[in-house]
Amino acid sequence: MAEIKNYTMNFGPQHPAAHGVLRLVLELDGEVIQRADPHIGLLHRATEKLAEHKTFLQSVPYMDRLDYVSMMMNEHAYVMAIEKLAGIEVPVRAQYIRVMFDEITRILNHLLWLGASALDVGAMSPMFYTFREREDLMDAYEAVSGARMHAAYYRPGGVYRDLPDTMPQYKASKIHNAEAVKKLNENRQGSLLDFLEDFCNRFPANVDDYETLLTDNRIFKQRTVGIGVVTPERAMALGFTGPMLRGSGVVWDLRKKQPYEVYDRIDFDIPVGVEGDCYDRYVVRVEEMRQSNRIIKQCIDWLRQNPGPVMTSDPKFGPPKRESMKQNMEELIHHFKHFTEGFHVPAGEVYSAVEHAKGEFGIYLVSDGANKPYRMKIRAPGFAHLSSLDEMTRGHMIADVVAVIGTQDIVFGEIDR
Amino acid sequence: MMEDQILQFFEWFWNLFGLWDAMWGIMGPAWPVIWTVMKIVAIIGPLMLGVAYYTLAERKVLGFMQVRPGPNRVGWWGLMQPIADGVKLLFKEVLVPTGANKFLFLMAPALALSTALAAWAVVPFGDGLILADVNAGLLYLLTMTSLGVYGIIIAGWASNSKYAFLGAMRSAAQIVSYELAMGFALVCVLLAAQSMNLGEIVRGQGGNSGLLGWYFIPLFPMFVVYFIAGVAETNRSPFDLAEGESEIVAGFHVEYSGMGFAIFFLAEYANMILITAMTTVFFFGGWLNPFHGWGMLGEVTDHVPGLFWMLGKMFVFMFMFLWFRATFPRYRYDQLMRLGWKVFIPLTLCWVVVVAAWMQTPYWYW
Repeated sequence: MAEIKNYTMNFGPQHPAAHGVLRLVLELDGEVIQRADPHIGLLHRATEKLAEHKTFLQSVPYMDRLDYVSMMMNEHAYVMAIEKLAGIEVPVRAQYIRVMFDEITRILNHLLWLGASALDVGAMSPMFYTFREREDLMDAYEAVSGARMHAAYYRPGGVYRDLPDTMPQYKASKIHNAEAVKKLNENRQGSLLDFLEDFCNRFPANVDDYETLLTDNRIFKQRTVGIGVVTPERAMALGFTGPMLRGSGVVWDLRKKQPYEVYDRIDFDIPVGVEGDCYDRYVVRVEEMRQSNRIIKQCIDWLRQNPGPVMTSDPKFGPPKRESMKQNMEELIHHFKHFTEGFHVPAGEVYSAVEHAKGEFGIYLVSDGANKPYRMKIRAPGFAHLSSLDEMTRGHMIADVVAVIGTQDIVFGEIDR
Repeated sequence: MMEDQILQFFEWFWNLFGLWDAMWGIMGPAWPVIWTVMKIVAIIGPLMLGVAYYTLAERKVLGFMQVRPGPNRVGWWGLMQPIADGVKLLFKEVLVPTGANKFLFLMAPALALSTALAAWAVVPFGDGLILADVNAGLLYLLTMTSLGVYGIIIAGWASNSKYAFLGAMRSAAQIVSYELAMGFALVCVLLAAQSMNLGEIVRGQGGNSGLLGWYFIPLFPMFVVYFIAGVAETNRSPFDLAEGESEIVAGFHVEYSGMGFAIFFLAEYANMILITAMTTVFFFGGWLNPFHGWGMLGEVTDHVPGLFWMLGKMFVFMFMFLWFRATFPRYRYDQLMRLGWKVFIPLTLCWVVVVAAWMQTPYWYW
C-alpha cells in the first residue's frame, strides 16, 4: 500500500496574503492545517544593534520604520523611555499633541488592518475606502512633520514643533483642474486642528460605511466567527496584548491601567470581545477606531484653548531656540553639541511601554551614561502574536490561515526589527 | 431567409465580374459548410470583442464602486486598454514549468476555451437567430459547461505546482456539486416549457402578458439558485476559490503566462457571458419584449428588435457579476460545498415537485 503523507506547502514569502515577508510552512491534510510553522527574519534590519551606535536622537527615525503602519506610536515608546531615564518634564501641550497623534496613528493602523483583513477574506472594496481616509490622516502627518509616513516628530522632551496654522494645499495639475482642486482644498483652509476636526466629524459615518459591507455580511461572519479562537487564559499565557487580548475578553489597556501622558484626563472606553475569535477582534478594532476619534476630538478642544511650549525648556535635552542660536555664542555651541554629540542620558535601565495599535510596544533601554544607549531591546507585540499562529490555525483550513494572519495584524517591520 | 439574402448578394457581386457561375461551380457543394462557418464567425467575433470589453467594463465598474477611476490611460476613457492587454499577453513568453506535462499543460487552456465557445452554438439571440437549433439544446449546454472543468483540472494537474493542484481540486469539487443544483433548476424550466429546445423555451414564455409571462415568476427560487450556481460555475467572486488570490495565489492558472493565461481569461469571461445568456433564455424570456401586450407601450416597443432585448437583459446580469465581486467576501471551501449540497440541492429537488404538482392544477398560468 502506498504511504500516505501530509502535503507540505510553502506559504510566502512571496504571497499576496503574507503581509510582507512571512514565510509559513504549512503541513496539510487535504486542506486542513496540521501544523503551521512561521519563519521570520526576512526583514531583519538590526535596529537594536544600530541604535547602540547612534546618539539617542538619531535613533528616532529608525523607530518609524519598525511598525511602518503606526509610525508615531513607535517613536512614542522610545522617547518616553529616554524621558523616563533622564527625568525630563514634557510640557502638557506636547503631551496632548502626542496623545492626539497616537490616536491618529491608531486609526491609520486600524484602517490599514481593516482593508487588508477584509481583502484577505476576499472583500476587495473596503481597502479602497479605508485608504481614502488614510490619505487625510497622512496629510495631517505631513502638515506637522513634512513626511507622510516616517515622521520623526516626537523628540525626547516634547515634539519637533507646534501644530501648523495652515494646511498644505493641492495644486492644479493635469489630473485635477482648478475647479476640482478648489473642492479638494475646501477643508484645508484653516489650521491643522480645523482639518482634523472636519475629519473627526466625517469619520464615524465612514466607519458605518465599512460596517455595512462587513459586520452583518453572512459570508464575512461565516469566515470569521469561530475562527482562531483564543481563550482569555491562553491569550494571557501566549503574551497577547492590545486588540488581540481584548478580543478574548481580557480588559487590559495600558492607556487605562498605566496611564501615560494625559490619557488619565481623557474620556474614552475600552471595547472588549467575548468569544476571542476573528470576528470579535474585528468588532473590537472597529470600536477602537470610534473611541480614537473621540479622543482626538477632546485633544483638539484642549489644544485650541491652551497654547504653550511643545518642547522641554531643559537646555540639556531640548534644542535651543533658533532665534537665540543666531544671536548667542553659547546657544550656538549648544545647538551644535545637541545635534552632533547629542545628549547624555544618566546611567541606568528603563522599560517604557505604550498601548500601541497592535498591543504593548515596549522599549527596554540600558544606558551607561554615554550619548548612545548601551543596549536597546524592543518588545514588539506582533512577535508574540505571530508565535501563536500554529495554535490558532491548527485544524482550520487554508483559507482560515489567511483570515488569522489578517486578524493578527502582522507587520514585519516590528517582528523582524 | 437570411441565407437566401446573402446568396443573392454574392450572386449580384460576382455577376459584376461575370464570374458567378464559375464561383458557384466551385463553392456550391461546399456552401452549407461555408454558411456555418460564416455563422460561427458572426457569433465568435462579437463574442470575443464582448469578452475584451467586458474586462474593461469590469475594471471600470469596480473602479467606480471603489472610488477610483479605473483604466483611463490607453485611448479615450481607457477604451483601448483591452487591446493593449491582449497585445502584451500575446508577446509574453509562454513558460512551461519544470516537471510539467508539456502536452497537457498546453492543451488545458485550449480545452477550457473550446468548451466555453462551443456552448454558444445553441444560444438563440432572436427568433430563429441561432447557429444550431437542436432539440436537446438544454442537455448540450449542460454537457458543455461541465466539460469546461476538464480544462481547469488538467491545468492544475499538469502545472506540477502545489497551489495549482489545490486550485484544481477545489474547482473540480465545486463544479461537480453546483452542476447538480444547476441541473435540477433547469429540470423545472424543462417542466414548465415542455421542451429542451432553447427556442421553444423562450417561445413558451411568450403570450400577451409581457414580462409577467416569463418563468422567473413561478420559478423564482430556481432563478436564484441557477444564477448563484452560475456564478459558482464560472469561478467568480464570491465563489472564486479556485483562484482565490489571497489563499492560493491564482489557483489553477498560477503557472500560466502569456497566451496560456489569456486563453483561460477569455474562457472565464466567455463562460460568464454564457451564464447571463442562459439566465435570460431560461427565466427572462430571451429575446421577448417585456411589454408585449401592454397596450400602447407594448405596440411601440414591439418594433424594437429581439436582439436588443436579449442583449439588454444580458447586460443587467453581467453587471450583477461585477457588483458581486465588489461587494462580497469569499466563501471558504467547505462552506461553499455546504451551500451547494445542503441548501441548493434540497431546495431545487423540492421545487421540481412543487412545479410538477402546480402544473397539474388549473392555477398554472405560464
